[in-house]
Order: sequence, then structure tokens, then C-alpha cells
Amino acid sequence: MSGQRPSSIDIIGNIERALQDSALQRSLGVALPAFRMQRDAAVAEVPEWEDLRVAAARIKDFALAHLDGLLTRLEAQVTARGGLVHWAADAEAARQIITGLARTRGARRIVKSKSMTTEEIHLNAALQAAGATVVETDLGEYILQLAGEAPSHLIAPAVHKSTAAVAELFSARLGAPRYQRPEDLARVAREALRSDFLAADMGVSGVNFAVAETGTLVIVENEGNARFTTTLPRVHVAVMGIEKVIPRLADLGVFLRLLARSGTGQRASVYVSLLTGPRRAGETDGPEELHLVILDNGRVRLLADPDLREALRCIRCGACQNVCPVFERVGGHAYGAVYGGPIGAVVTPVLEGLGRAGGLPFASTLCGACAEVCPVKIDIPRMLLVLRGRAVRGGYVGRPDRLFARGWTFLMRSPARLRALGRLGRWLQRLVVRRGRIERLPYPWSGWTLHRTAPPLAARPFRDRWASLRQDRGAESRGASRSSRGSLR
Amino acid sequence: MQPVALFVTCLIDQWHPEIGEAAVRVLQRAGCAVSFPQGQTCCGQATFNDGFWDDARVLGRWFLEVFEDAPAVVTPSGSCAAMVREWYPRLFRDFPALAARACGLAHRTYELSEYLVRVLGVTELGARFPAAVAYHPSCHGLRSLGLREEPLRLLAAVRDLRLVALPRAEECCGFGGFFAVKFSALSGAMLSAKLDAIESSGADVVTATDASCLVHLAGGLARRGSRVRAVHLAEILDAG
Repeated sequence: MSGQRPSSIDIIGNIERALQDSALQRSLGVALPAFRMQRDAAVAEVPEWEDLRVAAARIKDFALAHLDGLLTRLEAQVTARGGLVHWAADAEAARQIITGLARTRGARRIVKSKSMTTEEIHLNAALQAAGATVVETDLGEYILQLAGEAPSHLIAPAVHKSTAAVAELFSARLGAPRYQRPEDLARVAREALRSDFLAADMGVSGVNFAVAETGTLVIVENEGNARFTTTLPRVHVAVMGIEKVIPRLADLGVFLRLLARSGTGQRASVYVSLLTGPRRAGETDGPEELHLVILDNGRVRLLADPDLREALRCIRCGACQNVCPVFERVGGHAYGAVYGGPIGAVVTPVLEGLGRAGGLPFASTLCGACAEVCPVKIDIPRMLLVLRGRAVRGGYVGRPDRLFARGWTFLMRSPARLRALGRLGRWLQRLVVRRGRIERLPYPWSGWTLHRTAPPLAARPFRDRWASLRQDRGAESRGASRSSRGSLR
Repeated sequence: MQPVALFVTCLIDQWHPEIGEAAVRVLQRAGCAVSFPQGQTCCGQATFNDGFWDDARVLGRWFLEVFEDAPAVVTPSGSCAAMVREWYPRLFRDFPALAARACGLAHRTYELSEYLVRVLGVTELGARFPAAVAYHPSCHGLRSLGLREEPLRLLAAVRDLRLVALPRAEECCGFGGFFAVKFSALSGAMLSAKLDAIESSGADVVTATDASCLVHLAGGLARRGSRVRAVHLAEILDAG
């Protein structure tokens, strides 16, 4: 992060714009409910699901508590198997390492498999500036590269685009016929990509899990492009955040089961590659060189933060995005950062600062659906509240909010003041109550009455009714006989 | 007689006192001696959720004073119960004397349906409510307090009440406190989906454990001119 104060993410404006985007609404409205149904069905098949979640959370917490030792062991194991490990403190360092590798290895044509970490460090632009061509080979990422857009979802990066929009894009950019079926569009991409794979001299991938015990890099995917990316070119560069390390190979099974079922609702992902070192003597395939770039880029700050550390358990399955009622309506781009959705609203303020991303934690009803499905039991609503508290303390929250909180607290710390406020409210509301309800309120409450009526204050508050209620008439009297309404206005 | 102190919540006190009255009668019928500590105001959830922890601490401290001697605190609101149970201990984490009192209070604070079913073991309250009812599980009750069965068991025991299935029932209604004001259109879009589900369910009435969600739903239903009414669970249990 540079010294100058970055401009803040306009979360409110982004949301307003996303809500107006009918194509986006349609795409998300189809894809996310389908993800949720598949996930729920896949999870229901596993009676020990809760035990798996607990186990995964514990393994991750153990790994985070022993990160220094595990990463050192990982480095030793990767090195012992012929790989090279590079440590990157931030995005700039990572970019320099990888562009440096491309330059010194004479790599001009680079293929990439899906990796949020390389999105985070904005690697493609750096490689292109260094004179290389970069081709994204995951179908979703390929679409986005052609469109010049960023991914909007952790595992379904082009989820915001409709089939028709992809057909239009492929027609304009590749001269393909306007196919209607996703299978045909996938074939167009596959045929275009085949020559890129064969010509590539460097493959860049992410890492889902890195096993410290064996130095094994695990990559989970459904298309097979990551296996091509990591085995065909002569140089393979894998990029991982420090939190991807797990202690033992035996731990992997827990995560593979959780990841596939949580993300896409699959029982198992189609391809799980376990890569342990580059090609060895006598082997017929695999890259000649394996480089592992281990990235901090703000993660150590998260690790040092007891209230937010848990976010580093994240295995990037996307389940929190799929269940989030906010995400379903605004998509990932509205969050204005690489990581969107519930987990993005937690990590972005830490990675990019509250000055830039302090508004994100407020764009949630705290409904908790994300925490309920998280396979590693990250308590996202709790962390959103922690970050809201920090945004207030750090002065990143506007004056109206401050005034309201002060005023409300002053009035509510005394029942006499509450009573007086009620009286004042009942007197004032004569101006706005029409036929028992309020259709319009002035600022700052106008937002409420844009989409719903507001109830008027009751003629007599409960505290004034208590005296007549306390004479223990409960057994005889009932509500409906005393009042025929029994409904809120 | 089980002695319980009612925390009526600021919303029900000032806007919907009839819900508080219903809660009192339901508790009395379930064998409770209900008290109403007159000093009570607001649990501080609104300011806490908006990030104003210092302000929430002021109100939390007041709450601790008011309910210090209560053997059990029962409230017809899942989110206020969750505030006391889940958040007071954290809010006072750095104030050891208060933290101990907050933890004590957290252990004896309950949402109404939770108290009736889990603590008293009561589901049958002799209520009669002839209507088709959809139950909306409010998020805090559902996910913070883990209330799944309790409200449904109470509703199942109400005579002439027909419970109808609510599609995507566990999805948030979009209220979220200040969220509904700050992110008005987004909240409105979530509300709209919830109202569509309610109207498609064939229900005459939508009910929930939280007056806040119900005020939100009722306001949306009124704006649509819907015939569906929003009624708090306590009022259904009190009807007959």
C-alpha cells in the first residue's frame, strides 16, 4: 500500500447501480439459487458434516498458530524435491519475482489457471507490461479476460454474465458463431486455448492447499486447464498466500470434501492435482522448473489481529457469496475489490484499509447465512461488527450517524427521557400519520418510507399500560377478545 | 410460579405495546410471575450494530443495573436476546467487573418462545387462531439463538391454525436496523422477495419472534396493499 490516502469504495453508489442492472440481476438470480440447492443437497448426504467443519477449523487454526514452522517446513520440502521457493512481502514484490522469472527464463507466452491470489497482486498487467502474452485458461477467467473485466465471484468468476452475453463476446472477439448453449461456447474456448497450452513456456497457477509435510501443492478444479497449466509448460510458477499451508497430507481429505460440496455442491471436484516437485529424472512429463511464491500482502497483519485472524481459515469456496442475500442482488463487483461478498467485506478493510473499504462491513443485515454455511466456521457477522466498531473509532463514519448514536444513547440512558421522547414523538407524528400509518418521513428516515410504510407510535406505551396489566388477569383475558386487530400496522 | 422479568424492548414499548401485553399474558398463563422493571429502556443493539460500541456500552451498563436482580429475563425479541447473550460479554470484555455481571445476565436471558419451550417445557397455551399462518424465522433467533423448533412447536399447538410453508423461509427480510435506511433500495429488494414468498404461500398472516422484522414486513405489505397481516408470535399465542 502506498503512502497516499486511497479513494474510498463507493459501496452505496455501487449497490444502487447494480440494482439497476437487469442483466446482472437475472444472471445472479439464476446461478446463485442453483449453487445453494446443489450445496444443500450435497451437504445433506454427509452425516458427519458438522464434525468435518469443526475438524477443518481446528486444522486451520493449528496451522495459523504454527505458521512460521509450517511454512519453513514447506519451503524445505519443496526445495528438497527440486522446487524453488520465493517469499513476497507484498503484491509489488510478488510481481517482481514472477516477471523476473519470466524474463530470465525467456518466457514470452504464459498460460494461467484460475487464481484469486494472482488477481489480488494484479499479475497479468505486470506480465504484459514486461512484454509477455498472458492467457487465462479457466473458462470463466477466459471470458473475463476477453471482456476486460475482473472476476465477480470466488469460484464462478463470470457468474455475472449471461450465456447470451458470452456468445456476443465470443462472436465479437473470436469470430465464433453466436451459440446458445454453454457447451458450445465452452468448445469455442477449448479449441482456442489448445494452441495456447501447447505454445506456452510458462504456466502460472494458484494453490488451494500446500502440504508442509510433503511439499505437495494441491490444485482443485473442474476443467482440467490447471493440470495443463502446471504440467505442459517448462516452467510452473505457483502463487499462494501464507494461509494456504496445511500440516499433513492426511489433513487434505477433510478439506477436499468440504471444498467441493460447499462451493459447487459436487461430491468431489473433477480434477485434484497433487504436485510434488518438478519433473524428476526418468519422468516423462511435468515442468522442468517449479517455483512457489509465498505471499504475505497484509495477511500477517490479519494474523496478528485476534478478532479477525479467523478470516485466514478461508478456503475460498464461495459458499458465503452463494447464500448472501446482499451478494445475490449486487454481485461481486459492487464490493469494489478483488474479494467480494461476505468474506470480502471482512478481508478487504484489513488488506486495503478502513479509509478505503470501511463502508463494506456496513452493507450487511448481519443475517448470518454466511457463517451458517462456511465450511471452516468463520464467524463473518461477528467480524463485520468488529470492523464496524473500528470504522467508528477510526472516524470513518459520517456525522449523522455519530449524532444519532450520541442522541439515542443520551435519551435511552434514562427512562424519564425515553418517556419524554415518546411524548414528543406522539405530538410530532400528527404531521405525518395518515389513516393509522406513515407513508413518508423526512430525512434521515426517508430511506425507510421509500419502500415501506412506517408505524406510528402507540397512543400509550407499554410502560404506561403495565399498571393495569399487572393484576394477573392473564388466565381469564385474552388478546383477541380485547382487541380484534392483533396485527401490526 | 416462575419469576421472570419482562424486557419489552424499546420498539414494542413505544410502537406496539399490544405485543408486550400479549407476552405478559402468555407468560402468566404458562405459570410465570411476570415483573416489569420500570427503569428499562433499550438494550443498545441499534447503536452497537452501527459500530458505536462505546454508546452501546452505556446502554448495556444501564441494562445490567436494571435487570441485575432478575432471576430470568424474557423478551419477545430474538435479536435483543442475542444482543444480551452473545454481545454483552464481549462488549464488556475489558471491564472485568462488568464482564462477570454481563456473563451472568447472558446466561439467564431468553427469547419468549425459547423460554416457554426450552425452559418451562410448555407448548400448549390454549390459544385459538383460525388462520393460515406463515412463519418467518428471524435471523438472530434462528442463527444466534438456534431457534428452529421452538416457535413451530408453539404454533402447532394453536387450535384452528394452519401453518403454511414459506418458500426460502430462512432468507433475511432485509431489515437489518439502519441497513434498511442506509441501503434502502437493497433492503427494499430483499423485502420484496420476502413479500412475494409470503403472498405466494397462501398465508393470511405472517408471524415471527421479532417485532423489528414484523414492522418491516408489515410496512412492505401495507405499501403493496396486501391482504396479509403481520402478527407477532406472542399475539397468536395469546389469541382465542
